[in-house]
Amino acid sequence: MVGHYGALALYVLFALFPLYWLLKISVTPNSLLYTEGITMWPSVTTWENYRFVLLQSDFPAFFKNSVIVSLGTAAIVTVLAAATGYAFSRFQFTGKTLVMFVLLLTQMFPLVMLIAPIFRLMVPLGLTDNLTGLIVVYVAFNTPFAAFLMQSFFDGIPRELEEAAMIDGCTRLTALRRVILPLTLPGMGATLGFVFTAAWSELLFALMLINSTDAMTFPVGLLTFVSKFSVDFGQMMAAGVLALVPACLFFAFIQRYLIQGLTAGAVKG
Amino acid sequence: MAAVSIDRVHKSYGSVGVLHGVSLEIDDGEFVVLVGPSGCGKSTLLRMIAGLEAINAGDIRIGDRVVNNVAPKDRDIAMVFQNYALYPHMSVSSNMGFSMELRRFAKSMIDSAVGRAAATLGLGELLQRRPRELSGGQRQRVAMGRAIVRQPQVFLFDEPLSNLDAKLRVQMRTEIKALHQELKTTAVYVTHDQVEAMTMADRIVVMHGGIMQQVGPPLEVYDRPANKFVAGFIGSPAMNFFDGVVAANGAGRYVAMGGDVRLPIPDNSRAEVGRRVTYGVRPESIRIDADDAGSVPASVEVIEPTGLSTLVYSKVADALVCTFTMERPDLERGQPIRLAPDLARVHVFDADSGERL
Ligand SMILES: Nc1ncnc2c1ncn2[C@@H]1O[C@H](COP(=O)(O)OP(=O)(O)O)[C@@H](O)[C@H]1O
Ligand SMILES: [Mg+2]
Repeated sequence: MVGHYGALALYVLFALFPLYWLLKISVTPNSLLYTEGITMWPSVTTWENYRFVLLQSDFPAFFKNSVIVSLGTAAIVTVLAAATGYAFSRFQFTGKTLVMFVLLLTQMFPLVMLIAPIFRLMVPLGLTDNLTGLIVVYVAFNTPFAAFLMQSFFDGIPRELEEAAMIDGCTRLTALRRVILPLTLPGMGATLGFVFTAAWSELLFALMLINSTDAMTFPVGLLTFVSKFSVDFGQMMAAGVLALVPACLFFAFIQRYLIQGLTAGAVKG
Repeated sequence: MAAVSIDRVHKSYGSVGVLHGVSLEIDDGEFVVLVGPSGCGKSTLLRMIAGLEAINAGDIRIGDRVVNNVAPKDRDIAMVFQNYALYPHMSVSSNMGFSMELRRFAKSMIDSAVGRAAATLGLGELLQRRPRELSGGQRQRVAMGRAIVRQPQVFLFDEPLSNLDAKLRVQMRTEIKALHQELKTTAVYVTHDQVEAMTMADRIVVMHGGIMQQVGPPLEVYDRPANKFVAGFIGSPAMNFFDGVVAANGAGRYVAMGGDVRLPIPDNSRAEVGRRVTYGVRPESIRIDADDAGSVPASVEVIEPTGLSTLVYSKVADALVCTFTMERPDLERGQPIRLAPDLARVHVFDADSGERL
């Protein structure tokens, strides 16, 4: 027991330490950053970095862009993935194996390889340097994995539940809405959260497709804190801490859907 | 309530045939049990009646309507699944009332129908629980309740008792039969358990390899099995089989086995001299230590007393024979005995086709 907890505590410490460091530097006055040496906590703390980031930088705009892109992506992907996953789980159709194989294939290439062709495609479509383009790309790249994730959630729901509903008086669609959907909510929540975080922290495409400050998401924006001659660590860390807030809020919100065992009791126990 | 008519129905999955031309007329109010080993196509047939599987060829009628292309919800049937398939996110009463709710019955009517069904099944206390808060037996009852609430034309059961422990299974068996006698709704019941089939059915349908082997009242199927498969499948302990060739002497025909054992055949049998046959006789149709003309020598191998009765296993030539007796014979291993099959209850099957002769 003690061993287990010890090992877990050590792991948690290891995983969370960078976050702690982020927090620490974000409240350290610039003047102390290099003069105090390495300390666990600065002798004086300040909110100056936060004040600057929130009131004097473009960070609020980046933040808003990120929220729009991530929420949009997560919502669209979850709906698409749920539909795809349901079809994969419940129907036999010609070409199913091929479709699944192609979806899997898209996951196999390093994104860097695809950047140039995608850029070439997006320019004539007018999808560069705006949030819509970014959402389109994120949806395309997140849907396959999310679809397989959703399929596994649908696979976990016994087919007989739908069949019972269809005998009770549902069409396939009403059965989906009244019986399957309520039981897949945890799965949808997990997918939503997963895609949201992936989109929230994506840098590569955002960097390549976005030029103007107006359309920058926060990971790109964060780089603007690195100027040609210096890195403003304090402000950067403050922005980083603020960027963590939505992800935390989001997981707090969906975690009640993640609670396992909702389908327990459907079938024999 | 309605009759169900199954007319030359075929089913295959890809190139694999599962049902090969099944025809069956089920009367209004009848309790029919489909029985057969696992994989013989019972569930497939039941699910085709329910509308959960497409019909490749042939017709299924419920009442006088061909339902081949009718959606499950419009067939006016109810089904109890092996795993119960209760809706986990709904209370017991919502589970039971779901079909009426979908058909837009008034709340008060649903409540009274659910209340009646719950009272019949002893579920009154549990109406507000979720399925996961119930025991296996209670879930089974809720599944039954969900089926009877709406008073459908036909009940379909797919191995509804096989997830229960042995004692509960016997109890629910009786309850389902009693329920059917009260409701008199046509029922099609699938099981692989021949005891369930024998005890519950008005008529048994024995299936094997996607083909109906025999249809009839339980005792008729038991007493006059149409072929060797049915003979071996129905009845526990199972029928004894011996392979041999039909021969005759002054006293009549008999089946000659190895070791010069001669098994007498009844006079009305169609087995002619020289034919290779399988000779079948049930354990309870053999008398031990008889000195009859037709008795054969055997030696005792194993004795299994159950209290109520005794099973005696003995060797006849090379074959192991099971004998059932209500007595408590005083026998020991290796003891020589004589066994006399009851001629009126001997079955002779063709060795190749397995058909009754
Ligand atoms: N969806 C399916 N796809 C392919 N084969 C199937 C499918 N469903 C059932 N089968 C096959 O059909 C045969 C009959 O199955 P089933 O009706 O479930 O048997 P039973 O209920 O008598 O045990 C089995 O051999 C099974 O493997
Ligand atoms: Mg089955």
